[in-house]
Amino acid sequence: MKAKGSILVVDDEEIVRDSLARWLEEDGYQVDTAPDGQAALAKLAAQAYAILLVDLKMPGIDGLQVLAQARTLQPDAAVIIMTAYATVDTAVQAMKQGAYDYLVKPFEPEELSLMVGKLTNTQALRRENVLLRKALKRQCEFKDLVSKSPKMEAVFELARTAAKSNSTVLILGGSGTGKELLARAIHAESLRREGPFVGVSCAALTESLLESELFGHEKGAFTGAVGSARGKFEIAAGGTLFLDEIGDISPKLQLDLLRVLDAREFCRVGGSQVIKTDARIIAATNRDLKKLVDSGSFREDLYYRLNVIPVTLPPLRERKEDIPLLAEHFLAQFRTEMRKPLESLSGEALEMLMAYDWPGNVRELRNVLERGAVLARGPILTPLGLELGPPTLPPGAPTDTPDSLREVERRHIEVTLKQHNWNITRAAKALGIDRVTLYNKIKRYQIREDE
Amino acid sequence: MGGQGTILLEWIGEAPMASDLLERVRGQVEATFAVPTDLRAVNGPPSECLDPRRGQHSSTKILRWILAAVPPGAAKVLGITDVDLFIPVLTFVFGEAQVGGPAAVVSTARLCLTYDEEPAPPVLVEARLLKECLHELGHTFGLIHCADVTCVMSRSNSVLDVDQKRAGFCRDCRQRLRALTEERDGP
Repeated sequence: MKAKGSILVVDDEEIVRDSLARWLEEDGYQVDTAPDGQAALAKLAAQAYAILLVDLKMPGIDGLQVLAQARTLQPDAAVIIMTAYATVDTAVQAMKQGAYDYLVKPFEPEELSLMVGKLTNTQALRRENVLLRKALKRQCEFKDLVSKSPKMEAVFELARTAAKSNSTVLILGGSGTGKELLARAIHAESLRREGPFVGVSCAALTESLLESELFGHEKGAFTGAVGSARGKFEIAAGGTLFLDEIGDISPKLQLDLLRVLDAREFCRVGGSQVIKTDARIIAATNRDLKKLVDSGSFREDLYYRLNVIPVTLPPLRERKEDIPLLAEHFLAQFRTEMRKPLESLSGEALEMLMAYDWPGNVRELRNVLERGAVLARGPILTPLGLELGPPTLPPGAPTDTPDSLREVERRHIEVTLKQHNWNITRAAKALGIDRVTLYNKIKRYQIREDE
Repeated sequence: MGGQGTILLEWIGEAPMASDLLERVRGQVEATFAVPTDLRAVNGPPSECLDPRRGQHSSTKILRWILAAVPPGAAKVLGITDVDLFIPVLTFVFGEAQVGGPAAVVSTARLCLTYDEEPAPPVLVEARLLKECLHELGHTFGLIHCADVTCVMSRSNSVLDVDQKRAGFCRDCRQRLRALTEERDGP
């Protein structure tokens, strides 16, 4: 059976020590006794006690002196002073010196029971509080990234080590897992932190534009190149060049990049002057680069050039313990940005977030919370304001989500039209199609304004 | 619940022993602990147990006196008295026991009164006495106070507390009692 806690009874009368010890032992406490102040101080120096029951009047070191010493030796121990002499002065003095309470002998059994019980509960709560705070604090941080997950802790550890070197880092992870944030964090932790952090999304640009973007160009290099321009490799000098979506670059650029990484030099598009680069490369992709290498769409030599320090960010569904922490983190951001008194998520809302699979990872969580924060009418975000994607269902499970592509398209067009008050030009622009195509689709799906 | 000696209930009151009442209590104790239980009257407690200033008897001193003369064959001795008991720091106690030891003492002095200090009906007194006997003996078997206020092992600071509990152990205490007995005597 678990002992409730240790109590030290200090009294010069043996019968008092003996009887009180037995009375407390019946409650399940571990009781130790001391016949005088000197012995009490020796015990206090040797062992921790939760409660001290100390007689005020003792020969030699008296109760108040024991109390004073106990405050230094064991500040967490609660001291109850017992006395047969009920004087206000000593009571006040004892309380001033930090006694928990003051009992005048003889006292009612109920009084002692209640006091000791209350103290034990308070101390248990305090211990629990300390433990909870520690658990809360046990989150690891790496610049703007926060986590409680052991997997992320390992990622941060690796990233910290990587930050100290100049080696190329390859960040792998699904969309929205925080690859750019991690790249920025590595930069900020590195010796290059005073230098620039330059990011390029390789998937967003065509081959020739990306080439010019990375290496710069000379005047007249291509139509519209009215002047020369520095590329990202040059701009990132002394800093970090972050190449996002590296798995999407063309074979030609893969080769160009390999050359730069090998020789640490390049020429601007249309130029012949060799430019040295010392930019530190951090590449990232949500694609399986190894598979791309196997299928022949990504150069193996470039893969090994980039894969010097690979860091894999786990998807959010594999670190769900981070959801409350991230939610709190984002709410704090929105509270400041939106100037709304957002406090927290309701229990149900958090349950809902915990149950969701998060295909869009942390970015999706942020978006869901941002929408919830915008719509929130009070300080607590409820499930009503949080709109999650379609639920993850086991294969073969009945679903009421439309499974035909036509149906999805029809609904999407309908929603977009409503959002733009049936302004065809704006809706077509939002949908990324021309007006004629939109008209055709409206006709084909028989979408009407009154729907 | 173990064959290592009997439980001895000793009447150590100032008034003559209420044999019928105590015989019924003995039967209940025997049935509860499944240990042979005897009843006898002994002269006592000695005068040094009385604190003349308080007009009460020291339960700790009585316990020491019982311990000094545990008869051979008795595993537990429970002194039952009609004198009011106290320990120095408290105004009174209903009884005292050694947790896991052989001796315990119970007083009927306050069990005979209602909360308003009127005489309580004999049936109620008997029920209370049985509960306090089981409680103190429970301590001698190693049980400590129970948080379940209906369990006989819950602490009683007033007769109301005694009346609130049943004359039996809660499931947890029963299991603990069995485990403690097996630990001591073997399964």
